[in-house]
Amino acid sequence: MKLRLNLSVNGEPAEALVDPDKTLLEVLREDLQLTGTKHGCELGECGACAVLLDDQPVLSCLVVSHECEGRSVVTVEGLTVDGRLHPLQECFADLGASQCGYCTPGILIAAKALLDRDPNPSRDLIREALSGNLCRCTGYQQILDAVQASIVRLGEGGEQKK
Amino acid sequence: MMRLPSYRYRAPKTVQDAAAWLAESPGDTMLLAGGTDLIPNMKRRQQVPSTVVGLRGITELSRTDDRDGLEIGAGVTLTSLVHDERVHARYLGLWQAVGQIATPLLRNMGTIGGNICLDTRCTYYDQSFEWRQAINFCMKKDGDTCWVATSSDKCLAVSSTDAAPALIALGATVRLVSATGTREVALTDLYANDGMHYLTRRSDEILTTVTLPKADGWRTTYWKLRRRGSFDFPVAAVAAAARFDGDRIVEARIVLGAVASRPLEVPAAAARLAGQPLTDDLIASVADDAYTLAKPMDNTDFELVWRKKTVRSLVTSALRELRGDDMRAARTKLARHPLLVIS
Repeated sequence: MKLRLNLSVNGEPAEALVDPDKTLLEVLREDLQLTGTKHGCELGECGACAVLLDDQPVLSCLVVSHECEGRSVVTVEGLTVDGRLHPLQECFADLGASQCGYCTPGILIAAKALLDRDPNPSRDLIREALSGNLCRCTGYQQILDAVQASIVRLGEGGEQKK
Repeated sequence: MMRLPSYRYRAPKTVQDAAAWLAESPGDTMLLAGGTDLIPNMKRRQQVPSTVVGLRGITELSRTDDRDGLEIGAGVTLTSLVHDERVHARYLGLWQAVGQIATPLLRNMGTIGGNICLDTRCTYYDQSFEWRQAINFCMKKDGDTCWVATSSDKCLAVSSTDAAPALIALGATVRLVSATGTREVALTDLYANDGMHYLTRRSDEILTTVTLPKADGWRTTYWKLRRRGSFDFPVAAVAAAARFDGDRIVEARIVLGAVASRPLEVPAAAARLAGQPLTDDLIASVADDAYTLAKPMDNTDFELVWRKKTVRSLVTSALRELRGDDMRAARTKLARHPLLVIS
């Protein structure tokens, strides 16, 4: 029997009739067509599937659909507001922090969660916050640079209007 | 793609309901807390419960109470513990252990109860279904042979919990609740040195609470060896706790992690520390005891003879730190984790 789910996705109410054995990642990608969140290792090791669940960054490949009812999910698609990129996304593009791009959605989510909590984190704190997100292209330095640069841009009023 | 197997999901609101539902079919029902251990294991068909009882709706499990010591609900997330100032101030070894579990994303999900009950790990077990099928499976799941030591009649999978050694060193107890009653056991008695039957928890019991005694006069520390500074299970670890009277130790506990199928206490070493000042010679001989006791097997990361040798240096570092030596440089070098430097 299908499972009826009501949740908030990127600020909008969403309803889906899903296979109950699915994970949140599978629901997002297959039932809600939000394919920005990536399938990586599927075992909680890579961070590619990170989303905000009730404002906390978690791995959507490890969240069972049954436990999503009534909860709020923010995916990488939810970072843009009125078509305008989040300062983090702008800085990732400007500074070459994304190469193949597969890890980028998860990293943007983890970085956003950090900046929402602490608007001016040290480089060590950024490194710690992103320590669950693997990137096989960049060597991480550009990613750390981009998050640091976005702190400045956010401080200059680059925060998006909600 | 690895899909979850089919299962029936139930979401109790109280521990009593959870215990009653667990008792209906304890053999093929599993408890789901953070999901960071069970869900990957289900995807790889290492654990295939027909019913999953999700505990996240039971609010009493996420409570932390200041009693004589600290009562931590089994559902408290690892992130909450890292951010709990009481844990940092009073139980530093636990804070260091929990802060080095997995990653921030996984700590947001994973719970203290889950880390205590973490399935034992092994190179021949933590693999996809097809990989395990190709070796005709192993003793721990679906097979007969322990591929780590083919003559072994017992599974040698490794205890990989970071929290448990620290909690045992701190003298923690845990509460187990079933439909028929409640019992409180010392955490050390929750474990057995058997990779398959590593918990003495009955299959109809729920671990609900971890209780730490008062921290009065105790100093604790946790040292962990792992391949990556960012994210790995321990391949050798030591938790040490000692209560001092001046520069003499009154009472001490040393617990090794990831070198057996259970957190391994070193009672002889602890006994020899009692009443003594922590001299270099005493530290060296206690580290030798731990080295002798540690029996790492060739079923996790790193070369096993070297892993065994690291136990000696981990114990030495831990005891020197308890003595008051400045071990920050050594800790940072090992952990590659600046936030864990004791300030």
